This record gives sequence, structure tokens and C-alpha cells, in this order.
Amino acid sequence: MNVEWLGRQSDRIAELVGWHILLSLVPIVVGVIIALPIGWLAHRNRRINPYVVGTAGLLYTIPSLALFVLLPPILGTKILDPMNIIVALTIYTVAMLVRVVADALDSVPQETVLAATAMGYRPYQTLLKVQLPVGVPVICAGLRVAVVSNVSLVSLAALLGIPQIGSLFTQGFQLRFYTPIIAGIALSLLLALVLDLLIVLANRILTPWTPKVVTS
Amino acid sequence: MIDFLLDGAHWTGPEGIPALLLQHLIYTFLALFAAALVAVPLGLYIGHTGRGSVVVAGLANSLRALPTIGLLILLVLVIAPSFSSKLAYLIPSLIVLVLLAIPPILTNTYAGIRSVDPAAVDAARGMGFRSMRILTEVELPCALPLMLSGVRSAVLQIVSTATVAAYISLGGLGRLLIDGKAQSDYAQMAAGAVLVSLLALAFDLAIGFLTVRVVSPGLTRRVRSSTRTASEDPAVAARPASAPEPSLI
Repeated sequence: MNVEWLGRQSDRIAELVGWHILLSLVPIVVGVIIALPIGWLAHRNRRINPYVVGTAGLLYTIPSLALFVLLPPILGTKILDPMNIIVALTIYTVAMLVRVVADALDSVPQETVLAATAMGYRPYQTLLKVQLPVGVPVICAGLRVAVVSNVSLVSLAALLGIPQIGSLFTQGFQLRFYTPIIAGIALSLLLALVLDLLIVLANRILTPWTPKVVTS
Repeated sequence: MIDFLLDGAHWTGPEGIPALLLQHLIYTFLALFAAALVAVPLGLYIGHTGRGSVVVAGLANSLRALPTIGLLILLVLVIAPSFSSKLAYLIPSLIVLVLLAIPPILTNTYAGIRSVDPAAVDAARGMGFRSMRILTEVELPCALPLMLSGVRSAVLQIVSTATVAAYISLGGLGRLLIDGKAQSDYAQMAAGAVLVSLLALAFDLAIGFLTVRVVSPGLTRRVRSSTRTASEDPAVAARPASAPEPSLI
């Protein structure tokens, strides 16, 4: 490890970490927003459920590097555009979370939903104030997996030349130099750990009534 | 991209698509075989005895966070100087592929064994089955759907990571992506991406078909409950390969 090199490169490394956070978090936020209504539909309508789960599985089959390469002509972007990565990871996130959201809503006890209805809640109120909050632990367990795998998938974008932590790996390979590679792996693991902990924390805050946290 | 695929010149020779595809298949089967050799017995042991599941779950989760490309490059730099031939790139790549394939097979094997209906195990014990026979004749067949869904995740991981390994001079379909990038030849990259995706889909279908064939018909009714146990890991259980769902609802 060459600490001096790390010191000299700290500005650039900070910038790469910033890009990495952006590229892995935006897909999570957008993915949740898209997956909630689709997951709700899959929960409500048993007939479309197998199709939704099947399509999600199919999207998940496409290797990530291949998806990064195939998106530009579809989106009208350049191969070096970070947007390709964001869209690709959003697709994966949605594919993963749709099923999780449906499972989360399924996991809410029927009695709870009936109680809400009996108290005069309209269906959308039941969904927003009862079903979603009660389903939070299941959704968070899925989110943890999604965040961690996104952080690790973003590194692959370095092979296409899109700057993020993975750029340290390609740089280290070209220079036959260990320092950036080890620093990159450490930073990537650290980032995954921090984001994972943030979701665990959010889960605790959102569900003050549960004594235990659901682990992924 | 279509032109690239239709051009006969790309279909012959040591750099042709069939040769690359064959390399890709060889890596996939080698890595899958090695991973299964480690993960299945270990998973059976952990599932049967209930020992060590916490350690394994933690380990499998932290492996997911490890950036593949970083690990691959690090291993190449560490290992490659000790080998002179092509092995310098092959061995590190295989290590990474096996490391990535072990967690899904391992976790699904032990989760599959653990989710076997205790009543079935008790019944077998009541009939005088010994521990080993319970494992091979009751727990293993019951856990098979979940185990195969783990194999499916492992294969998809291997196919897509073998693509990445082309960056460190490994062969396989990833060559088209990496060489295409180096030559700014988008048609070649897109052709590679399509071929890799098709390969992954073909493996996915093959394992789905295998599942329908080898899983005991008596189990298909239980598919729903076994997928529930897997939902602790949505990535693994993204779509458990299974027979068409019977009308339980």
C-alpha cells in the first residue's frame, strides 16, 4: 500500500466515490417509486402476479455488462453516458423489488386490513397508512439486497470507461499497482456497509412497534 | 449489429463466435462443477445439523458486496506472476467465478434442507430411517427445487462474470465486448451483449426444464411454501425455477 499516493489522489478518489454513490442510489430511489405500484398490482390481482414475477426474473437474467452495452441505442445515449448505468440498475432494482413489495403486502395480516376497513379507512388510506407501514420490514430486507448488489454492480461500468470507484481497479490493472485496487475494494465494501446500515436504521425508525429487525 | 452477426467471417477461426462460445461454456461448467463440489456437501451438512448457518449467511452476504472486477484484478496481479502460460489469467478468473457461485448454491441448499416439513422427517424416523437415509431419501428430494434455484442463480452469476473476465485477457464471449470497446466498434459490442444475454437465457430455460423433470411431482404442491422460505433472499429467489403453480389460491 502506497499511502502517499492515496494522499495525492484523495480529491479524485472523493469524486469517484461521489459518482459511485450517485450511480447506486438514484436507481434505488427511482426503483422503489416504480416498484411500489407494480408490486401493489401484483398483490391485488392474482392473475397478473405470475406474469409480473416472470418478467422480473427474465430481466434479471440479462448480464449487467451486456445490459449496459445494449441500452444506449434504446435510450439514444452515448456508450459513455452514466445514464445507461442508472437505467440498467433501475431495471434490476425494479425487477427485484416488485416481488418484494407484493410479498410485503401479502405479509400484512388479513385481520389488520379488515380492522382498518371497519374503522372507515378507504382502500387508498388502508394502503398508505396500514399495509405499507406494516410491510416495511419486508421491503427493507429486499432493499438491503438491492443496495448492496447495486454498489458492487456499479464497479463494472469502469470497463466501459464511466468514472466511479471501479475506475481505481482498471487504473491499478493498467499500472500493475496494488494501492488503487485495494483502496477501491475497501471503499466499495465500506460504502455497501454504510448504505446497508442506513436502511437497517430507517427500518427501525419506520417501525417503532417491532422489537426485532428482519435480517436479509 | 445484425450485420456483424451475419458476417460469415465472424463465425470461423480461433477468434470466431463458436470458439468464444465454447470457451464461455467451458468456464461456466468448470466453475459450476467446482462450486457445487464445495457448496452442496457443505450446505447439506449445515442444513441437516443446523450448525454454522449464521456464519455462512453472513459470509454469503458479504461476498455479495465484494466488487467482482476489483477482486479479479487483484487476484491477477497477485497470482499471474507465478504462472507463465495462459493459466496466469485462467486460474484467477476461475477462482473468482467459483467464489461467486458458492454462496447461492450453499445458502439455497441449507435453506432447502431446513424448510423440509419436520413431519416428513419425523415420519421417516418413525419408519426406522437412519440419519443418512433421512438426508438422501427425504430431505434431499424435498430440498431439490430450492437447490436448483440456487444453481440457477449461480450459473447466471458465472455467465455474466465470465464476460467481465475478458478484461483481464480471458477468452469467451466477453472478448467481443472488451475488444469492441477498445476498437470503438459498437456493432461488435452489441453482438457480444446479445450473445451473452441469449446464453444466460438458454441456461435459465435449461435449468427450468431440468427442475420440472427431476423434482418429484408430489412436491409441486409445496412450491409456494418453499418459495416463501427463500424470500429472505430475494436475489436468490428472484424467480425460483419451478413447475407451473397449481391453483392453490
